[in-house]
Amino acid sequence: MTLTLPSYPQPDERGRFGRFGGRYVPETLIPALDNLDAAYREAKTDPAFLNELERLLREFVGRPSGLYLAERLTRHAGGAKIYLKREDQNYTGAHKINNCLAQALLAKRMGKRRVIAETGAGQHGVASATAAALLGLDCVVYMGVEDMRRQELNVFRMRLLGAEVIPVTSGTSTLKDATNEAIRDWVTNVRDTFYILGSVVGPHPYPAMVRDFQSVIGEETKWQLGELEGREVPDVIIACVGGGSNAIGIFAPYAYLPEGQRPRLIGTEAAGEGVDTGRHAASVAGGRIGVLHGAMMYLLHDHEGQITPPHSISAGLDYPGIGPEHCLYSETGVAEYVPVTDAQALEGLQLLTRLEGIIPALESAHAIYHAVQLAPSMSPDQIIVVNLSGRGDKDVAEVMRLLAKVEDAPGNAERQEVRA
Amino acid sequence: MTAVQSRGVARIRAAFDNARAEGRAAFIPFMTAGYPSATEFPALADDLLARADVLEVGLPYSDPLGDGPTIQRASEQALADGTSTRGTIELVRELRTRHDTPIVIMTYVNPIYAVGPREFMRLSQEAGVDGLILPDLPPDQDLEIADLAAEHGLAVTFLIAPTSTPERIKLVAEACTGFLYAVSVTGVTGAREGTALGEVPAMLELARQHTDVPIAVGFGVKDAQTAHEVALLADGVVVGSAFINAVHEGRDVPALAKKLADGCVR
Repeated sequence: MTLTLPSYPQPDERGRFGRFGGRYVPETLIPALDNLDAAYREAKTDPAFLNELERLLREFVGRPSGLYLAERLTRHAGGAKIYLKREDQNYTGAHKINNCLAQALLAKRMGKRRVIAETGAGQHGVASATAAALLGLDCVVYMGVEDMRRQELNVFRMRLLGAEVIPVTSGTSTLKDATNEAIRDWVTNVRDTFYILGSVVGPHPYPAMVRDFQSVIGEETKWQLGELEGREVPDVIIACVGGGSNAIGIFAPYAYLPEGQRPRLIGTEAAGEGVDTGRHAASVAGGRIGVLHGAMMYLLHDHEGQITPPHSISAGLDYPGIGPEHCLYSETGVAEYVPVTDAQALEGLQLLTRLEGIIPALESAHAIYHAVQLAPSMSPDQIIVVNLSGRGDKDVAEVMRLLAKVEDAPGNAERQEVRA
Repeated sequence: MTAVQSRGVARIRAAFDNARAEGRAAFIPFMTAGYPSATEFPALADDLLARADVLEVGLPYSDPLGDGPTIQRASEQALADGTSTRGTIELVRELRTRHDTPIVIMTYVNPIYAVGPREFMRLSQEAGVDGLILPDLPPDQDLEIADLAAEHGLAVTFLIAPTSTPERIKLVAEACTGFLYAVSVTGVTGAREGTALGEVPAMLELARQHTDVPIAVGFGVKDAQTAHEVALLADGVVVGSAFINAVHEGRDVPALAKKLADGCVR
């Protein structure tokens, strides 16, 4: 099987999806973005590049990932069949590796010897470090010190893989600040450095390119569901969104189907302690249009345009913006974005773990929770596919700490009971 | 063309012309608004204005992509001290009561969008701001900003860098109305060791083929020597992080401003 990369609609000549996206970056980077765009367009149709990427995705990552009918979860929810697209089965434990390998291959093709990346939960950093080790590239990863604390194991993993992890202490010391530092590094070293951007955010062509590299998730889902259920299109697809790369990966192959043939596409945003509390990372529900990291998008910022610190239980969703293509989907009604709180995500995590023996990442747990809420309103012949973007090993220590806190709280003991 | 009649453009051009007539490159110090505190900033700005041909006031922003750690820390401190977008414009208004020197605001686009481009330009015009420097806005990203600025009598400065292709230099040069800002290094702002100006002359020569607006060079100018080297090439010299560092370290800002201004003599 030869891999082909999809040809979904491209952003306009200014790099925009509708009014979202663009290239709000220092002029220093514009030529590099033009070069990247040209190199990507060329690679996209080059059999040598595609064959190598296909081989690595199959032999190194272990694709295709499973499409798994979660029978006990389905019975528990009582309604539509819930399938899980198992991106947690990928080598390095999440969907991030799809994009990192592809971008690292592109870096090599462009003659770059050094790659940089930003990371929140560490999954993108680990995937970048892995791809760099595999392809013999130098790798530097920027990570907020707060995230380094939350994801100690991933920090060690990156260093073991030979990457240099640079702690970021500016701003809120999380993903947004790590991204600022990565962009500054790129501005400084743009001539010999490739920036492996981890989500469908940032200046054009990143949002479209990362979408294309992640769309393998949705493309596989189509044929897998065809084999299992005799139809390629489920009724609902649910995926968590921070920047939105796993969600766009499963949405995009369906998003451009004609209306009426399109499944309901639902992105679950991190509502943290609640959208009303101000302690959240829900850019659609709680944000307004603004510009960050080179793109116009829904953004958490105050009335004067200062970025407000996001909050989520999961470091991977702890980002104040959401990719421009998601913004367009939201504005045009192609997809819906619903807030899911920290507590609900924790509930989703425990539910999937006890019912199916799968410990999901806290990110994915947001989507699981919503699927279980939605399924009872649907009939048993209907199908929900949840994109299980990653596995929860990285979160276990943090979950242990959080559950201890919950259990200590008076009157909360019975909330921990999960019945199948 | 509105831009030609623009008050800000005329004032900025006059400042460059005046410097040139005196055998100098225009001296353009930068200071973050509200740094080191809202109360200390005005006196600091007065010290800089005593030597400046144009003053660049930085509107503090939480996520400044084009700036190095020095200016970022200054911005964080100014924001923590309560400096706001409207507050920054008010600071300029206050300076305007004591000084005729052109004042330009350096800002990232998000504060402009958050306030609303038209409202931002209106407030700036009323306060006597002469122009804007937009480090994260390539001119082809938003054509409306420059038009709105011109409509409100403000000059707009975009940036070119050593990585800019001849096509980009042409595009940026043609879009600038007050002066063009050439970034001396591939990198972010900040005083650094051993700034090499190797690529700058060729960049300036290319830009001059496409525009007659004055060209200032910045990023990395830290002392009289580097200021002088830049002054021999460019129409203006921008100095930012060196002043923030001086304030941070409690050094004598007026003395530094004098040294740097003297360095701009050709």
